[in-house]
Amino acid sequence: MSNDKIIKPMGSKEQVLAAVRGAIKDAVPPSVSRTYSRDLGLDRAGLVELFTERVGDYRAEVQVIDRDELGRVIGNVLADRRIHSVVVPDDLDPGWLTTVTSRVVRDSPDLTHRDLDQVDGVITGSAVGIALTGTIVMDAGPTQGRRAITLIPDTHLCIVAADDIVGTVPEAVARLDATRPLTWISGPSATSDIELDRVEGVHGPRNLVVLILT
Amino acid sequence: MAKQDSTLHPRPGVAFLGMPAFTEAAHIALGDDQLRRNLGRATRTIRDKRTRAVGELEDWQDLRTAAAMIKDRTLADLDRHLEQFEAAATAAGATVHWAADADEAVRISTEIVRAHQGTDVIKVKSMATQEIGLNEAFAEDGINAWETDLAELIIQLGGDTPSHFLVPAIHRNREEIRQIFLDRMAEVGRPAPDDLTDEPRRLAEAARLHLREKFLTTSIGFSGANFAVAETGTLVVLESEGNGRMCLTLPDVLVSVVGIEKLLPTFADLEVFMQVLPRSSTAERMNPYTTMWTGVTEGDGPQELHIILLDNGRTRALADNTGRQALRCIRCSACLNVCPVYERVGGHAYGSVYPGPIGAILNPLLHGVSDEHDAALPFASSLCGACYEACPVKIDIPTVLIEQRAEVVEERADSGRPSAEALAMRIAAWTFADHRRLERAQKVASKAGPVVQHVRRLPGMLGGWTASRDLPPIPDESFHQWWERTRGADR
Ligand code: SF4
Repeated sequence: MSNDKIIKPMGSKEQVLAAVRGAIKDAVPPSVSRTYSRDLGLDRAGLVELFTERVGDYRAEVQVIDRDELGRVIGNVLADRRIHSVVVPDDLDPGWLTTVTSRVVRDSPDLTHRDLDQVDGVITGSAVGIALTGTIVMDAGPTQGRRAITLIPDTHLCIVAADDIVGTVPEAVARLDATRPLTWISGPSATSDIELDRVEGVHGPRNLVVLILT
Repeated sequence: MAKQDSTLHPRPGVAFLGMPAFTEAAHIALGDDQLRRNLGRATRTIRDKRTRAVGELEDWQDLRTAAAMIKDRTLADLDRHLEQFEAAATAAGATVHWAADADEAVRISTEIVRAHQGTDVIKVKSMATQEIGLNEAFAEDGINAWETDLAELIIQLGGDTPSHFLVPAIHRNREEIRQIFLDRMAEVGRPAPDDLTDEPRRLAEAARLHLREKFLTTSIGFSGANFAVAETGTLVVLESEGNGRMCLTLPDVLVSVVGIEKLLPTFADLEVFMQVLPRSSTAERMNPYTTMWTGVTEGDGPQELHIILLDNGRTRALADNTGRQALRCIRCSACLNVCPVYERVGGHAYGSVYPGPIGAILNPLLHGVSDEHDAALPFASSLCGACYEACPVKIDIPTVLIEQRAEVVEERADSGRPSAEALAMRIAAWTFADHRRLERAQKVASKAGPVVQHVRRLPGMLGGWTASRDLPPIPDESFHQWWERTRGADR
């Protein structure tokens, strides 16, 4: 009976692996020299300054604020941008939302992608910031929620703790856990597909607001 | 909904193989002023930006060396890395399939879609799925494959084939794009607004609205991967627009077609590639979005993940001791943008999914040189060395080209077909027919400096002559440059 099967995955696997082994029988793996730099030698203030500048280069809005200003600033950002509704991860600190007048939707498994498409914005925390490249990494950990919530709404308000900012890509990778779903965000969605003119925003959030907490 | 118009999906089998071989296609392309202008402007812009992005990193050469060595290490032990990847991905909840060739990859893909009674799939730009002709095969089976990258959407709606890895619609200008959207969007979904202008912002908005509907309603996504991590089973996709995130996050089922050369040994190796790829390709410090996912995560993203590991000629390339290095390629397209030949003729002339200098060596490595088309490709170069200099994984394209030229010569001699010399002559005639082409090649060559010093032997028509002599070094200033500068006043 097994002869009638259409797919014989084991057959192809063995075929490919045998071809690989035949092809590399004389190959010697070289040793890798990792002489590239791993840190920038900047102090906390220097990292925050560079991160702020580099995120700004992507035409995202960035503010460096004090931890106790957070509630007020979030309310202002949403009001200034006329964001009527926001989704937040279910574990987001309610203290962050004290001055928010927009409708707040707490994420839950019942919320469909269509529901998310009806929401204007999203507020989350983040896992790591990379100063040299102005990148934020989200790892679906605390205060970040599932990936869909930071993807579908048009404005992403993202909070980065100054302590989570590292200098370089190697430092960031060392902090990440590969088993989590990871999203690296460097500025708002963009394309250069039409005669190479950069246009902000095609599918992802067209507005990125970054609040750095010192 | 209306049945998919098959002209939206030209089969590469037809569109590519029916195309004239490089020499003739190059002639045709050179006659197309629009294409030449677009490409010239685009490649210049990217080239300058890239120089800045790379110049910013003092350790760029260290990163290049590490990237090349990591890839070589992976390839030298590829069987072990593939098995490790399969085990890790499977443990994380993925189903791993193996495909020896394009047909098998297509068959597995189709069976997965059928198992879910799917009629539509959304796709993020992927060279691997293009290589296996997935969209066209799906169209024949009545499955609609929707490209979601803006450029790919333009290509698909325009019934066209891509001309560049990174900006596949580089041969289209904004007015043409507007017309394509107005003419075709309505047939396949949400129409373009009647008052659409040719402003890039408006065109992007039209694409956003057109595709948003598909993202929210399609339950099967297809992708490739830029990297696959053996240690953890992680897949990585870099992108700009967010369409990648949409396809990788929103569908219930995700199918990723991954060439076996995409592997990296460890998650930590991404620290190198996440630096070299964005800077080399889009010339940015970092691309807007990167997604890394490992198997299935409950409550977040697709709950069914299939990974198809694709050979399709890669083990053939792997067996070539000199050519093996072509499998380091991370498809950044830097070599295309510095290539004087590519700048003149565009991607279509290469008649392949993989154009430009890397295409010129990769296609013959994947398929051999018995086909007229593949046989002509190694000659599509002036051996100026600029591609090697630009390549973030240090692929020595000129050296591989030279070896392949020799192979073509031998193959032709054995088969008694039109001599390779004749073929080489035709291409050389093309390269040298226009003095500007020659000047440009020389300028780039003298700037490339030490890199070209290793180009010591020219096979083919000059092979007999250079076999026993080193080529004279390329002068810093060509005769033409000297003449331009002095008008011969030194006389
Ligand atoms: S050969 Fe090198 S430069 Fe060209 S696309 Fe591949 S990695 Fe980039």
